[in-house]
Amino acid sequence: MNDPNKLLLSGDEAVARAALDAGVILGTGYPGTPSTEILECFSQLGGRAQWAPNEKVALEVALGVAFAGARAMVTMKHVGVNVAADPLFTSAYTGVSGALLVVSADDPGIASSQNEQDNRHYAVAAGLPMLEPSDSQEAYDFTRAALETSERWKIPVLLRLTTRVCHSRTLVHPRAAGPAPKTPHFERDIRGRVMIPAYARPAHRRLRQKLSEIQVWNETSTLNRVIDGDRKLGVITSGVSYMHLREVAPHLRVLKLGFTYPLPMETIRAFAAGVERCLVLEEGDPYLADAIRAAGVVVESKPEMYRFDELDAGRVRRILAGDTSPETPVPSGKPPQLCVGCSYRYVFEAFRKLDCIVAGDIGCYTLGAVPPFEAIDACVCMGASIGVGLGMRHVLPAEEARRVVSVIGDSTFVHGGITGLVEMVYNPPPTGHVVLILDNATTAMTGHQEHPGTGRTLEHEPTGKLSIEDLARSVGIPNVVVCDPATDKPGFERLLRDCLGNGQLNLIVARRPCLLIAGKIKDYERAAEQCCETLAQEP
Amino acid sequence: MSERVTNIIIAGLGGQGVLTASAIVSELAFRAGFDVKQSELHGMSQRGGSVSSDIRFGREVFSPMVPTGAADYLVVVAPDQVEVNRYQLRPGGVLVEPGAVDAAELINKKSSNVALLGILSRHLDFSEAAWLEVIAAVFPEKLLAANLQAFALGRERA
Ligand SMILES: Cc1ncc(C[n+]2csc(CCOP(=O)(O)OP(=O)(O)O)c2C)c(N)n1
Ligand code: SF4
Repeated sequence: MNDPNKLLLSGDEAVARAALDAGVILGTGYPGTPSTEILECFSQLGGRAQWAPNEKVALEVALGVAFAGARAMVTMKHVGVNVAADPLFTSAYTGVSGALLVVSADDPGIASSQNEQDNRHYAVAAGLPMLEPSDSQEAYDFTRAALETSERWKIPVLLRLTTRVCHSRTLVHPRAAGPAPKTPHFERDIRGRVMIPAYARPAHRRLRQKLSEIQVWNETSTLNRVIDGDRKLGVITSGVSYMHLREVAPHLRVLKLGFTYPLPMETIRAFAAGVERCLVLEEGDPYLADAIRAAGVVVESKPEMYRFDELDAGRVRRILAGDTSPETPVPSGKPPQLCVGCSYRYVFEAFRKLDCIVAGDIGCYTLGAVPPFEAIDACVCMGASIGVGLGMRHVLPAEEARRVVSVIGDSTFVHGGITGLVEMVYNPPPTGHVVLILDNATTAMTGHQEHPGTGRTLEHEPTGKLSIEDLARSVGIPNVVVCDPATDKPGFERLLRDCLGNGQLNLIVARRPCLLIAGKIKDYERAAEQCCETLAQEP
Repeated sequence: MSERVTNIIIAGLGGQGVLTASAIVSELAFRAGFDVKQSELHGMSQRGGSVSSDIRFGREVFSPMVPTGAADYLVVVAPDQVEVNRYQLRPGGVLVEPGAVDAAELINKKSSNVALLGILSRHLDFSEAAWLEVIAAVFPEKLLAANLQAFALGRERA
């Protein structure tokens, strides 16, 4: 029998539960696979969770909570940290009064992302302590440890997850919940919180001081442990790689690192000295191997070919054997496709027909890049469609420039497109430009989350609603049109053709709810109406 | 309890209930007292692409992923996903194919996933009562009857 207190949880669910048990008073973030479920689950468990327009705003909100003496959590996928990097770096200087947990969910193997960046580098670059769980139990334990570390040293702490940890369900034994959260209150600390040069210089020194104290503490932390075994080969590892290693070579001596910045370098040195050969096994970039070598410890590391893609038991076996022969490719499955009947179809058809040059963005509509459409010419990061489209319009010969259109989803527009519109008004290309916003009333790609443009909260309750067309008019775009390509295909084509060539700045909002969510939206609206009626009836 | 870890892969296309089927099996193993790990990649699964989920249970499980070519059981819900997943099966492993149950016999065609679990249930060492209990816990009231029928049909055809 399994212990009745044990639960079968995904890594994301474990983080949510731990955050709740640790008294996190507010969780915020922006959706992004594989991190999205953390806040959704936190909300289901009764935590206060909200979606922010993007990761930068989310981090700032969480930082404010932590300045007010409370415990906060902010969640995002790996590329979200790029967006949040500005406040992230300086929050290491200001520190916090309560606690701030920053969750970065990395995606080795690019299951659902635009790149494979290894965010462990952020811990080093910003100077933030970092923990790396290897399963859901550790996701739970490390979340609590990260919050304790954050509160003890008054510093934001990075919890670095990976897709495999986020989306695997393993057994978790939760601990008793901590004491009820303290009531937030403001304490003035101008020198500590206002990062003008005179205050930032000492703040940087304080940060380095904290990190060296944390390093000393980490040398004896139980978050890193040695698994006894054969001393012929010792392996230093972290994250889910540890699980693959135990699977294929349970007899080896292992140093399993959980707290991976600042590294417990003396512990590592002693471990390496105690084995005949020492190998560093890690997924992604050689972060551990480089740091350990830089400290003068002689270790072996994986061959370069294993920097790419996820590790698994088979690849770990190959690494242990020093095998660099070509890997057998696995048969490729069926790629995701646009839902049958998705209204984006009509938009792509119009692009093809008008021979558009399409600066694209990220969302379901990125699927317009693959056959049968092949109607998207660029996709870089959220919001890039507008700037990239403008750049092309600026320099291409006029007849080509007039074929350029920027296409962006509603959630992505709110996340990273608004400043692009301002740029368009401020630096208009000679041929004008067309921005097409695909407003399907949801963040479809990541599983249908709400965003400021839907006017509903994370819990699908009514709140303030951003009007895209009003916003566009107010920043000074002369031609703003709302349409539905699905109900009037020829009309949409005509509109797009006119806008491409009219020399003006145009914003088209193509509005039609995502097929998969249209029914639910009606339910939410009905629920909201009923709620208003009951309120109206109350005396 | 046996030392050996049982490795199961359930595969299909987005929207076919691969993840639900996988949740049922892992919950079953969990309730039976095993160490369990279940892993899946479901980034864009609702857009009809390939989805597969690994379930491993035993006394102690390390990696959450079934090692390549080590699946004891491969359950495939979509006919066109059999060949691309076959390499996952160990020699002598059991393939549960979509054709094994005629979808026309199901009250709800979407219950093929559970029908195939009915077949799988004949191979695993869990009582029928334990399966039914988990199925009842997973599905909402209005879908339960169709899924119980599908499960029974699968068990019969095995
Ligand atoms: C910085 C960053 N955060 C999050 C993501 C994950 N992500 C990709 S697209 C997207 C939003 C898609 O919504 P929308 O633009 O409305 O398009 P839809 O999928 O609804 O068509 C998100 C959250 C990302 N790629 N980059
Ligand atoms: S989920 Fe919605 S937006 Fe995405 S492809 Fe399907 S219908 Fe289109």
